[in-house]
Amino acid sequence: MDSLHLHFDIDGSDFTSAGEAASELKRVLRQLGFPPEIIRRCAISMYEGEINMVIHANGGTVDVYIDSDEIIFELIDSGPGIADVELAMQEGYSTASQEVRDLGFGAGMGLPNMKRYTDQIIVDSIVGVGTAVFMSIKLE
Amino acid sequence: MTIKEVRDILRARVLCGEHLLSQEVHSACGADLMSDVLAFVKDQSVLLTGLLNPQVIRTADMMDMVCIVFVRGKLPDESMIELAKSRDIVLMCTDLRMYSACGKLYKGGLVGLEC
Repeated sequence: MDSLHLHFDIDGSDFTSAGEAASELKRVLRQLGFPPEIIRRCAISMYEGEINMVIHANGGTVDVYIDSDEIIFELIDSGPGIADVELAMQEGYSTASQEVRDLGFGAGMGLPNMKRYTDQIIVDSIVGVGTAVFMSIKLE
Repeated sequence: MTIKEVRDILRARVLCGEHLLSQEVHSACGADLMSDVLAFVKDQSVLLTGLLNPQVIRTADMMDMVCIVFVRGKLPDESMIELAKSRDIVLMCTDLRMYSACGKLYKGGLVGLEC
């Protein structure tokens, strides 16, 4: 199978539409015939990434590369950055506002969930510049 | 059990997805924190929640859940109902509180999943 590239612009101004891109990815992966568990792992990882971009970084971009042996995600934003990535990867650590918590997110589960469902995750962040998250899910 | 049985046990009102009521469901979870729902990738068919916003529908969609029950008489707005319709997700609401709603379903045979 040739590598397939999908690009998504994530609108940071509207919490309501967060998840549209993950939904679209799910639809494409289903059309391509991937197993349900792989589709769900991809959808959840991307959805948490989208939510993070909307609540912390005023949006960003997601590029997905579907290869024969893995699916790679590149999530890039120009938000405030993460001062302590190791801390941010711990379950329960969050800098989200009460407003975001009231919406059912911001409990410090985003990055841990993304780590849980991917085979590899690299978070590269510079305070004041932005954050890049690279994730890979292997296809057996 | 079927989604119709879920409705009957909870004396719930179906808001959309009436044509899906004969569908079988095998497990459920109750949560107001959507990231908690997303933390378990195993099959869960029914989500009970007291949270009211479109991300509830999107979370259920990501998890391939087929039915959402809003507890404590909470009613979603039209945009949430439309989103659920487009994803073939049944929405219903019950006046029961979360603990009672979960307990009644569990007693009726709809189990949760072990971690």
